[in-house]
Amino acid sequence: MTVNEARGMRSVTEAAREVAIRAGAKPRRWGSWYVAEHRIRSMRSYLRTIIATSIGNPVVYLFALGVGLASLVDRNVGAGGVQGVSYLAFVAPALIASAAVTVAAEECTYPMMMGFKWNPIFYAMNAAPISGKQIANGMIISVLVRMVPTTIIYFAVMLAFGAVPSLVGGLLVLTASLTGIAVGLVIMPYTASIQEDKGQMAMIQRFGILPMFLFSGTFFPLSQLPVYLQWIGWISPLWHGTQLGRVASYGLAEPAWLTAAHIAYLAALGVVGWKLTQRVVVRRLNK
Amino acid sequence: MPAPVITATSLTKKYKEFAAVDGISFEVAAGESFGLLGPNGAGKSTTMRMVGAVSTRTSGDLSVLGLDPNHFGPEIRSQLGVVPQADNLDQELRVRDNLIVYGRYFGIPLRQISKKADELLEFAQLSDRAKSKVDDLSGGMKRRLTIARALVNDPKILLLDEPTTGLDPQARHVLWDRLFRLKEQGTTLLLTTHYMDEAEQLCDRLVVVDKGTIMAEGSPAELIRTHSSREVLEVRFGSERNAVVAERIAGAGDRIEVLPDRILIYSANGEAELVKLTEAGLDPITSLVRRSSLEDVFLRLTGRSLIE
Ligand SMILES: Nc1ncnc2c1ncn2[C@@H]1O[C@H](COP(=O)(O)OP(=O)(O)OP(=O)(O)O)[C@@H](O)[C@H]1O
Ligand SMILES: [Mg+2]
Repeated sequence: MTVNEARGMRSVTEAAREVAIRAGAKPRRWGSWYVAEHRIRSMRSYLRTIIATSIGNPVVYLFALGVGLASLVDRNVGAGGVQGVSYLAFVAPALIASAAVTVAAEECTYPMMMGFKWNPIFYAMNAAPISGKQIANGMIISVLVRMVPTTIIYFAVMLAFGAVPSLVGGLLVLTASLTGIAVGLVIMPYTASIQEDKGQMAMIQRFGILPMFLFSGTFFPLSQLPVYLQWIGWISPLWHGTQLGRVASYGLAEPAWLTAAHIAYLAALGVVGWKLTQRVVVRRLNK
Repeated sequence: MPAPVITATSLTKKYKEFAAVDGISFEVAAGESFGLLGPNGAGKSTTMRMVGAVSTRTSGDLSVLGLDPNHFGPEIRSQLGVVPQADNLDQELRVRDNLIVYGRYFGIPLRQISKKADELLEFAQLSDRAKSKVDDLSGGMKRRLTIARALVNDPKILLLDEPTTGLDPQARHVLWDRLFRLKEQGTTLLLTTHYMDEAEQLCDRLVVVDKGTIMAEGSPAELIRTHSSREVLEVRFGSERNAVVAERIAGAGDRIEVLPDRILIYSANGEAELVKLTEAGLDPITSLVRRSSLEDVFLRLTGRSLIE
């Protein structure tokens, strides 16, 4: 091989290398959003169900609990109400947080399990320039994309029912979303690691979400529970989210440190869950 | 020879103690069509995943387009088209949308990918199924869609893991034709296959892989020349007599190979061997003289046939 040939060889590889490095820049920066974009396209096929449940859910719950149960509770509790507000106002922050949790739990479960196995799109994304971390991020973004509007609709229905004393209660959209994503991110590393569907989703619902819903100061203040059961509330993200919502909605009186603790706890769960999810996804893709 | 776009040196992948790929070395030049030929479990797909920058090597060196996959995964993958062994299309999306979302992964703007999607559907003869659910496609159609999808980014290197498995003969020939055209346009092809005819049709050069190591390397013609004879006489005596007859004709041809259902006699002149057999009073039930193929090379190298 002559020197010129050798030089020619080098420059061909060199050129291909340059092209590759330039082409990698965009997916490196925007990959997470491309993944979310893909998921949103998939959601379009069940958009009607999403909209119907987003509106139907709050209407049914607020009507049954807020109007039906509330009239009974308010009659028995008397003029002071629960924590100084009507039962409807008391229960509403818990309901909106639970709604966010339900949607997040759903979106953090099936799509994660599917993406590795039954509809293994994660491997396809990864064979393209998308990294495992970006897949995790994109899935999380798509959870938010579905959950936040659901929460906003919930809030609108709550307003219509007169369940929010003041417009400052708009903060409920934030507190509920934070609660939802925190719970979702606790579930996600687990669902991302599931190899076989043995009804884990139903288990999460039955032994995770449902008890949490019942024992998180949702329908009655946590202090009403016997002391030996109150710990369920303290570790429950839903309790922290609900209390935070009550502070936001009707100014529930609690020490400032406790409010800060609610936020810190939810944020910590979220960050740990997020990082763990990334790790699980990266490991699982690298076979 | 043009510059290598893939260079593997002592490339190894271990799962716990088990070496799925055990120190293989090869180079693929730009524009070349290079094949990995081997039986089930040889380590072909594992090698493809490492070259595809999705599986981290355990040891050895690997360079794709002058870049190390350990550090430049997304950059390398931006230049690859990958057809995995098992289709991983999004069953929840429609045919055309599958191409669109995939194109987006490379950062291709929507308008551009929209146009490209229609071209690729044409290429894959799926234009009339653009709006179908992927689930409703036949296996062959899914395969074609997967191949079309691998082309959304106009890849420099196409990685094809058993591209034609599951296709009917006509679809295979159509696909070979498409791959041949891509090669003419300068795309480098790295493919794995079980099919000898495919390897002979598509590969400029190939390696025979078994148990994670390379058994032989060369062009199909070279390999046949080096490891087999020009012709092969295949004779069947029925499963009971096969072994008995084999002993009697032990010296025939250059070499004989006894399979459960037939005996292969390797020789420059198959007809002459057949005459000798008949003269010896051995009348085979059926006989066939054919040109030697990669299958024979494989049999010779590993003592096993490629498709069990
Ligand atoms: N993720 C994994 N964990 C453990 N072992 C693996 C893994 N992937 C592959 N192997 C093993 O590595 C070996 C090579 O597998 P590979 O899939 O590369 O073979 P192949 O040549 O592609 O075979 P086939 O023709 O059947 O596709 C096999 O023994 C397989 O069981
Ligand atoms: Mg394979």
